Amino acid sequence: MSAASPAARGWDSPLLRGLLLFAAMFLIVVVVGVVQGQATMLLILTQATAFALIALGLNIQWGYGGLFNFAIMGFLMVGGASTVFLSYPVNMEFWNSDGPMLLGRALLAFLAGLALVLAARRVDRFGIRGKGKVVVVALAWFAGYVIYRSQIDPAADYIESTAGFVGGLGLNPVLGWLFGGLVSAIIAFFIGRISLGLRTDYLAIATIGISEILRALIKNMDWLTRGTMTVSPMPWPTPLPQQLQAAGMSIADSFVSARVMFLALSVVILIVAFVLVQRAYGGPWGRMMRAIRDNHISAASMGKDVTGRQLELFIFGSILMGIGGAILATFTQIFDPSGYQPINHTFMVWVMVIVGGAGNNWGVVLGAFLIYIVWIISDPLAQLIFLNLSAFTDNIGWGAIPEIDSRALQMRVFVLGVVITIALRYAPKGLIPEVVKRT
Amino acid sequence: MDELIFFINRVLISGTVLGSIYALGAIGITLIFGILRFAHFAHGDMMTMGAFVSFVLASALAAAGIVLPLPTGFVVLPVAMIITAILALGLDKGFYAPLRARGARPVTLLIASIGVTLMIQGLIRLIFGSGTRSIYVSAPKDIFRFDMSWIGGSRPINITEPQLIMFVVTALLVVALHLFLTRSRLGKAMRAMADNADLAQVSGINTALVVRVTWVIAGSLACVAGTMLALDVALMPDLAFNIVLPIFAAAIVGGLGHAYGAIVGGFLIAFAETLAVFNWTAVLRPLNNVLPEGMALPANLALVPTEYKLTVAFVILVITLLVRPTGIFKGAST
Repeated sequence: MSAASPAARGWDSPLLRGLLLFAAMFLIVVVVGVVQGQATMLLILTQATAFALIALGLNIQWGYGGLFNFAIMGFLMVGGASTVFLSYPVNMEFWNSDGPMLLGRALLAFLAGLALVLAARRVDRFGIRGKGKVVVVALAWFAGYVIYRSQIDPAADYIESTAGFVGGLGLNPVLGWLFGGLVSAIIAFFIGRISLGLRTDYLAIATIGISEILRALIKNMDWLTRGTMTVSPMPWPTPLPQQLQAAGMSIADSFVSARVMFLALSVVILIVAFVLVQRAYGGPWGRMMRAIRDNHISAASMGKDVTGRQLELFIFGSILMGIGGAILATFTQIFDPSGYQPINHTFMVWVMVIVGGAGNNWGVVLGAFLIYIVWIISDPLAQLIFLNLSAFTDNIGWGAIPEIDSRALQMRVFVLGVVITIALRYAPKGLIPEVVKRT
Repeated sequence: MDELIFFINRVLISGTVLGSIYALGAIGITLIFGILRFAHFAHGDMMTMGAFVSFVLASALAAAGIVLPLPTGFVVLPVAMIITAILALGLDKGFYAPLRARGARPVTLLIASIGVTLMIQGLIRLIFGSGTRSIYVSAPKDIFRFDMSWIGGSRPINITEPQLIMFVVTALLVVALHLFLTRSRLGKAMRAMADNADLAQVSGINTALVVRVTWVIAGSLACVAGTMLALDVALMPDLAFNIVLPIFAAAIVGGLGHAYGAIVGGFLIAFAETLAVFNWTAVLRPLNNVLPEGMALPANLALVPTEYKLTVAFVILVITLLVRPTGIFKGAST
């Protein structure tokens, strides 16, 4: 009884509004499906589902716990790279070469460097304290870095010149998605451990810096991720359109049915995640998290371990982001590190959560679908406007507008900025008619 | 001797240019943080906006057929600064002031500044396209070569005319800012408000005016920094988006809210980046004659590979935030 009451309270007044908004969104999806065709609609929906998963992850961090995370892009890349490693076909050329041995040596060098740093941190036992200890630790870091670089550089050069890159393990992509979540969790643990003590705006800047570091690493570790040369085609967990065509299906039908299957699988994952996240919100755990968010001092005085709990939130949220990033990479069948941009992959998720309503999972899922559709259809809409405008200026003798295609694409960014500005100004709590009417 | 000249060409000059750009950008961020208490993410795009204002003015000059001895980018700078300052005031009026009036938390302002970033970037790309442009509309770059044969160097020290003007402009602006902050009544009011906004208001300081002056200074310096970046590299819509993080790093390393700290931080970050990717073998090559057989220096002795250049700033940023979040000029304020 008592466990059910908070959920019931959350439902009573926003119920009608929520139903209306979801109905409106359904209508938009249908319209998009009619105008752009079924295959395009399924493409948008599948990617929006992955983004809904990612937005749920951010909702855990920002909505439940008030944690600023601008490293979303980094986690999406980590998820994508992890699923490449697990699900891409095995690269025998690499395993038959000296590559594994060289990488093993690099790993040993890494562990040696790590041991050196850890040992240097215990140097106070030998009576070296204060400034002396700082110097010793810094020297140990430098020495460890040099040792690691001395082994990894030749290994990377060798692998890149012989086998291209490490390749994958050839496992099922769903395992790859889970692995993406796991790797994200591990990375989130370290990021959280070092940066969660910072105040909000400092945390924002620190996480955005960390996400750029992750991007630079993934982009330039060609031996592991093939870097800018991109990995494709990635296998799907469900049959690919080409496989269906081979089984005798027509081209148009094969795309629709393949995407329907993929969409069904990702919707199942989204529902599982949603139920778990929603139950956590209603339960004592969610209550504690909200208490920490709203007044961490009083929560601490009640004996709650504030930083420990925040670390929990950070990790849980990042797992969803990693899985979502992995699904996105698998669905597009290509892992291209230079395709990741803070605007498309960090700020858009923030807009989804804020427009949808931070803290409300229904709102966040709605926001994710809405914003993603807005993001996608701003391009053709802008193109339409530009073409008409161009015809008009041509008629009155000013000449046509050049490069309409590339300019219309940029309309998305502007629309995203307008949407979040309006939301902040007129509906800072999100999920409101104004924003929805615009779409 | 050649090694020293090489070092000056590759590190000293490019580091100083980058440092000037970072410093001018970081001053704006740090002033806005000091007065308005929020991290202004749209600053990088304000720089791009300024650069494009200069570009439009320079193109207009070139179209009018006016040929000048200096690069047009610098000639139009004062006008571009005024326009960008007005635009910055408009941004504040349109997007930040309403939120402040509502008593929104700094976090909300931060998110709002991201919205502004997206809008400015979208608009610039919409109007100018996403390609790269050159701001040298009429005149090409002049290069000065200082002959170093008098001290035994075989190669000259190269410095371009825009780079030389950049140093002068930066120095002038920094001195002007220093005089403004320490000598003028308004500058003192700004420092007072950065220290304690409530106390400043109670003691009769016109805080609304101070806020406006902050935006004017931040906007005009962003315009200079953006134009210089465009002169040094090239004019792109996502020019400053890549640079806003190093600038934040500079502001934080110097201590947010501390104008002189921002200058020091800017040069620190710039030189750290330049030195980290610098190939030390080029300078230490004479050692090969001294070193014993079989211990020759490797061909590339850079601390980090070139593709990680920007990462250096982020690593410094993260380390500073963790070890000393208040920056190197702890406790001081502007």
